[in-house]
Amino acid sequence: MDFNHTEDRQMLADTLNRYLADRYPIERRNDAAFGPIGYSAGTWSDLAELGVIGALFDEASGGFGGQGFDLMVVFEALGRALVVEPFLGTLMAGRVLAGAGGRQDLLARVIAGEVLIAFAHEDARDADGLASVLTATPGDAGWSLTGAKGVVLHAGAADLLVVPAVLPGAAEPSLFLVPADAAGLTVRGYSLVDGGRAAEVGFDRVSVGPDALIAREGAALIAGATAAGLLALSAEALGAMETARAATVDYLQTRVQFGAPIGRFQALQHRMATVLLEIEQARSAVINAAAALEGPALARDRAASAAKYTVGRTGALVAEEAIQLHGGIGMTWELPLPHFAKRLIMIDQQLGDEDHHLARYARLGQGPVEGPGPDRP
Amino acid sequence: MDLSYTAEQTAFREQVRAFLKAELPADLAEAVRTGRHLQKADHERWHAVLNARGWLATHWPVAWGGPGWDVVQRSIFEDEAALAHAPRIVPFGVNMLGPVLIKYGSEAQKQYWLPRILDGSDWWSQGYSEPGAGSDLANVQTRAVREGDHYVVNGQKTWTTLGQWGTMIFCLVRTSTEGKRQEGISFLLIDMTSPGVEVRPIITLDGAHEVNEVFFTDVRVPVANRVGEENRGWTYAKYLLTYERTNIAGVGASVAAFERLATVARRLGMVNDPLFAARMARIEIDLENMKTTNLRVIAAVAGGGAPGAESSMLKIKGTEIRQEITGLLRRALGPYAQPYQPEALEPGWNGEPVGPPEGAAAASSYFNNRKLSIFGGSNEIQKNIISKAILGL
Repeated sequence: MDFNHTEDRQMLADTLNRYLADRYPIERRNDAAFGPIGYSAGTWSDLAELGVIGALFDEASGGFGGQGFDLMVVFEALGRALVVEPFLGTLMAGRVLAGAGGRQDLLARVIAGEVLIAFAHEDARDADGLASVLTATPGDAGWSLTGAKGVVLHAGAADLLVVPAVLPGAAEPSLFLVPADAAGLTVRGYSLVDGGRAAEVGFDRVSVGPDALIAREGAALIAGATAAGLLALSAEALGAMETARAATVDYLQTRVQFGAPIGRFQALQHRMATVLLEIEQARSAVINAAAALEGPALARDRAASAAKYTVGRTGALVAEEAIQLHGGIGMTWELPLPHFAKRLIMIDQQLGDEDHHLARYARLGQGPVEGPGPDRP
Repeated sequence: MDLSYTAEQTAFREQVRAFLKAELPADLAEAVRTGRHLQKADHERWHAVLNARGWLATHWPVAWGGPGWDVVQRSIFEDEAALAHAPRIVPFGVNMLGPVLIKYGSEAQKQYWLPRILDGSDWWSQGYSEPGAGSDLANVQTRAVREGDHYVVNGQKTWTTLGQWGTMIFCLVRTSTEGKRQEGISFLLIDMTSPGVEVRPIITLDGAHEVNEVFFTDVRVPVANRVGEENRGWTYAKYLLTYERTNIAGVGASVAAFERLATVARRLGMVNDPLFAARMARIEIDLENMKTTNLRVIAAVAGGGAPGAESSMLKIKGTEIRQEITGLLRRALGPYAQPYQPEALEPGWNGEPVGPPEGAAAASSYFNNRKLSIFGGSNEIQKNIISKAILGL
């Protein structure tokens, strides 16, 4: 039993934290996050140079990490500083590419920060909430893609999209690699509440060559990428919670009302103590998910859902309590804290919320069905 | 990071399991599993089995009869014992007084009392709380006035767990009213069979007799029964409390309780109710997280860190989880949590239960376990500790 990170991982964390402390103040972050492409290309290439993208992939894929605890270290640091650069899409799309095999050159350029890939996994929804299914039919010398994907992170800046699409008669989606400038592909970009950009991506008989199909029946690949994405978001939430907690404790120690720092009031102390211990539980959940990432799929997915559920619930608690305990100032754009609170809440909107993962966890835990039980007494 | 146990630790766990399989009496385990009330003889039986194996006083140094385990081994043992439905060791002599005597007792006190704790000659009770000194323990009012070789004790203690079987009680008593409240307290060992000691039962809301009031009227206690110096008892009292809070997360007990809940919920079809299934999933995730939080604290202690305010976190979260599980078991029974069947919780009862057999214990256990967030320093007190020690508020 050893709950310390390895020396290599600790060094990575230290390097990354130092860079972010020195070079990533909230003003610069917000300028990029709410700017034209939703992130800073300069920061992205700095971080690539520091090896942060490489830490997301194993050696066989051209990286030097890729294990659960590598993702934990990186994304916790990214969360602490509210990094908006496109790590999540790179992680998930890159994992699909790596798992599909045969794309070494492309992956090398992704890891170097030269090529940006996006993962267009979410089905677009119309005004009634109905999902559009992306289908792939055999076309002239390749495939023809029709349908739409929604809320694709950083799709507007991406060079390539990794896209699940359903083949005729297939039970599970296959995976395609599509250039972002393909004819018939439309990208309607927009800003996100917590900074960064995403897009609705339409496919109107987009023709791609036969080599665009990178994996037939790719559910297992998608599941693997999703588990990594859930862990990444959970670790990012953990980092953001730690920052929000520190900022709130600091505020409680300095803000004077009724002649005393408000942190002297027991009503506030107890709320903060609850925040603290729930964050510790969330850290344990992230550790569990990281430890399970390389393990059997069922245990991996249960631990990932447990972590995402936990940070969904705890993230909302931390965000809401942090704003409340800050009072009016907690409602302002000017203060860094509210941006962390926004990110925490928006993380719950990504890859399935608290309730989704609670239900998934319960379903995955039911195992072989033992037949219907008797009715409730 | 490595969440796995070493080969030695795994082998130790196997050894503990084998021991429990061979030596834990089946009737005791069944009584614990089904939430029946144990009698004094039941506790004494298990106490003797553990003592014979040398595994009773797990926190004591080897020189005084401890097994020489580290913090990880103790945690493995406690988890496995709970999972096997072993009775909880009555902690007052073994886990609380023992370490205090070893650290602060005179040589004569150690030589006399420690072997008697191990062989069960005395049934120890805890005399800390008073009606006006619960969370505010420094406010103890029970007076001990020196008369020659004796103290004369007058006052009242309360919430004395299993004190109805007690033969000895360790007490915080006031020996001075000068200066700071903490500086006038002494730590006395009092023979409960002395004239002037009266034990009165307190019946708890589940109808059970577990706790008591203890009254002292002109009780004469030899000065030789004072541990450490006069008026320095606060130091010893606080030291004891650090041992009260060991294994405070109670992970093994919660895992055993959750397994039991899952079995009942499956049998009664409650797992098909999506809201109930969600409540179960929620608590299972919390418990999985708790296991890791607990291991993190244990690993920190094993690595030389001090189990400080972290034990307050474990106390709060561990007791909340345990209470939630007992709440879910009650819910699983629907209307059949209502019948009051105290006889079904007595040893040897062979009658026909009303409804599902878990019904008799479900509500009783739910109500009884409300105590978890109150005793050992209420969860609010633990939050005060966290605020001060960790958050710096």
